Amino acid sequence: MPRLQSAAELEKLRADILASRDPAKPCIAVCAGAACDGLDSAAVAAAFLAEADKQKLGGKLEVRTTGCHGYCEKGPNVVVTPGEICYFEVQPKDVPEIIAATLKGEVVERLVYHDPGTGAKAVHMNEVPFYKHQTRLLIGDNPKIDPMRIDDYLAVGGYAALVKALSTMTPDQVLDEVKKANLRGRGGGGFPAGSKWETTKNAPEKTKYVIVNGHEGESAAFMDRAMLTGNPHKILEGLIIGAYAIGAQKGFMYTRHDMPLLEKHVRNALAQAAEYGLLGKNILGSGFDFECELHFDVGIFVSGESSALMRSIEGNPPEPRPKYIRTSVSGIWDKPSNLNNVETWANVPQIISKGADWFTSIGSEKSKGTKLISLSGHVVNSGVVEVPMGTPLRTLVFDIGGGVRDGKTLKAIHFGGAMGGSIPADLIDAPLDFDGMSKLGAPIGAGGLLLMDEDTDMVEVARYLMDFLTKESCGKCVPCREGMPQMLHILTNLTEGKGKPDDLERLEDLAEVTGLGSLCALGKTSADPLKSMFRYFKPEYESRITGGSGDKK
Amino acid sequence: MCDKNIDSIIEKYRGQPGSLIHALVEIQHENHWLPREVMHRVADALQVPFAQVMQIASFYKTFSLTPKGRHEVHVCTGMTCHLRGAPKLLEKVEELTGLKPGETDAESRFTLDTGACLGSCSIGPELIVDGKHYGRMTPDKAEDVLKSYE
Ligand SMILES: Cc1cc2nc3c(=O)[nH]c(=O)nc-3n(C[C@H](O)[C@H](O)[C@H](O)COP(=O)(O)O)c2cc1C
Ligand code: SF4
Ligand code: FES
Ligand code: FES
Repeated sequence: MPRLQSAAELEKLRADILASRDPAKPCIAVCAGAACDGLDSAAVAAAFLAEADKQKLGGKLEVRTTGCHGYCEKGPNVVVTPGEICYFEVQPKDVPEIIAATLKGEVVERLVYHDPGTGAKAVHMNEVPFYKHQTRLLIGDNPKIDPMRIDDYLAVGGYAALVKALSTMTPDQVLDEVKKANLRGRGGGGFPAGSKWETTKNAPEKTKYVIVNGHEGESAAFMDRAMLTGNPHKILEGLIIGAYAIGAQKGFMYTRHDMPLLEKHVRNALAQAAEYGLLGKNILGSGFDFECELHFDVGIFVSGESSALMRSIEGNPPEPRPKYIRTSVSGIWDKPSNLNNVETWANVPQIISKGADWFTSIGSEKSKGTKLISLSGHVVNSGVVEVPMGTPLRTLVFDIGGGVRDGKTLKAIHFGGAMGGSIPADLIDAPLDFDGMSKLGAPIGAGGLLLMDEDTDMVEVARYLMDFLTKESCGKCVPCREGMPQMLHILTNLTEGKGKPDDLERLEDLAEVTGLGSLCALGKTSADPLKSMFRYFKPEYESRITGGSGDKK
Repeated sequence: MCDKNIDSIIEKYRGQPGSLIHALVEIQHENHWLPREVMHRVADALQVPFAQVMQIASFYKTFSLTPKGRHEVHVCTGMTCHLRGAPKLLEKVEELTGLKPGETDAESRFTLDTGACLGSCSIGPELIVDGKHYGRMTPDKAEDVLKSYE
């Protein structure tokens, strides 16, 4: 493939790709996302390929392996187009039947969704309860794309936003659109992306960097990996557009070292983009040069923090720096460096394509667009979910999630992992919103939402989270290094029924001081789960002191 | 261990002290542990003091300074797996293997490890052996799984 020299050449290529594809030709998309892969979806995909080969179906049917479709709970997942027919828990032995039905335009009824209560069937994706209540602007393309093929991304309109930005907009106009869209960072803080971009853009140094934070260290958050593994070009397109707006010449993708498929897809995407001329010198004849490097973490949580991540890219141990040095002005090798989360970047192409007005029509007053949520814990339907900001938690938990497993009742909803918080079930009508959830004490964080059932021991939850953070502290600040083990010690005693009368007071004091003198958010917010516990579940803690071990059943 | 691959990793980063962590991560991936002799070669090639190599290798839990068993057994202790029963699973795996996390048995059959979220929470709790996932694991099923690894 020769490098594309202009926007027109890219559009010509896209037209050729579309012309070569027959939309009526059936396509069987087999999910190879992390959960389906763990359920050996590779064997299912292999069975489809072998059967198609045996029956010499090359011209009549396509088999595609894709990233996460969303409904991980029911993997291995298979979606057949046209019609987006969803088959769940597919096994290799089901393959001949699916192929036969697909060729005849029929449906294998026994493999479609059946309502666990009524037995009612749902065949098409837009009828399946898990999908029907979602707005899948970002993750929705996953079943349509083989992440190893840039042509699949082009076929769904990929890189059209880059074309638009480079050929019809100035960098300032791109920045203005993102600011007007009020895109807020999806990595935890909800900080406006546009203002951050502007700071880096306006910084005096000529050399500037843009970075994708694909570290996803928050426990029970898996949507960034689903996006980056399943549709790497979307994030890359967002990054290139951002670099153009900011005036950065170089980008970094920083992600996990422990996901072989993720690494393979991102490496391949970068190579293909370079081959097509979407990275490198004079991109699409615009005069804009940009390259991108891939970097991996060293398996510690704090390397997801912005300044630590940048130290890590430099090749240094990932230790956070004091906040007064802003990385957007002085980041990697002291150059202005703009870091955004995977999902933040993924939003950029559609904002440029469809405009800020369209984007701000979705979501709540102060939180615009959709949010990817990793739904797990004691939920019936676990998976990657995408809903407009402002959606009531009830929709997420019951309509999409199907409620609590094993017929139990909901006790708490936890957001934001080890630096987040838990709220009681009666706050279920709260809307999913950055500021609203923070006020309730359960900030959205990256978007890991966990249900906890009636049997969940809230003291044990706080102990577990504190244990996690204690092991992850980089040890640089005394309050973080010393405070957390003390809190952990008390919490451990409480779970073992060895609580002392003044333990809760001591915990409250420690929570206060640990937050104060810590350099980064890990230490600062380490006691946030505990604070939410005191706010909503204090009687359970008190009963541990008066009533001994409190072990349930 | 495949020496040639280790050599080529070291060569790739020769003279680049800033790439120390990258080099170690790649060697760890390739070889599953960092022999002392290899770390000496890394120090020489990348021109960093051996003490610094040791410091990094011993600080991050990604790196292992002792050889691993023939099979790497991993129990996810991430939050969903924890809520869905990982503590009981881990207890059983510890009992079956006689190991605590981080340990390798005398016959070098198993190395037991734990770690947070692998991104496949929907099928937790998870037992992973040599990279192969066993989802929705119960203590009873774990016994059968481990039996199949010699
Ligand atoms: C201990 C710690 C871990 C973090 N881990 C991540 C992470 O894994 N992914 C991420 O996007 N942000 C993480 N963050 C937040 C980043 O520091 C940063 O705010 C974010 O990547 C900025 O992107 P955004 O503005 O697009 O949200 C972490 C922060 C802290 C304090
Ligand atoms: S608060 Fe904790 S994790 Fe953050 S820099 Fe200080 S010691 Fe390290
Ligand atoms: S991994 Fe297959 S649906 Fe999520
Ligand atoms: S918590 Fe175990 S895979 Fe996420």
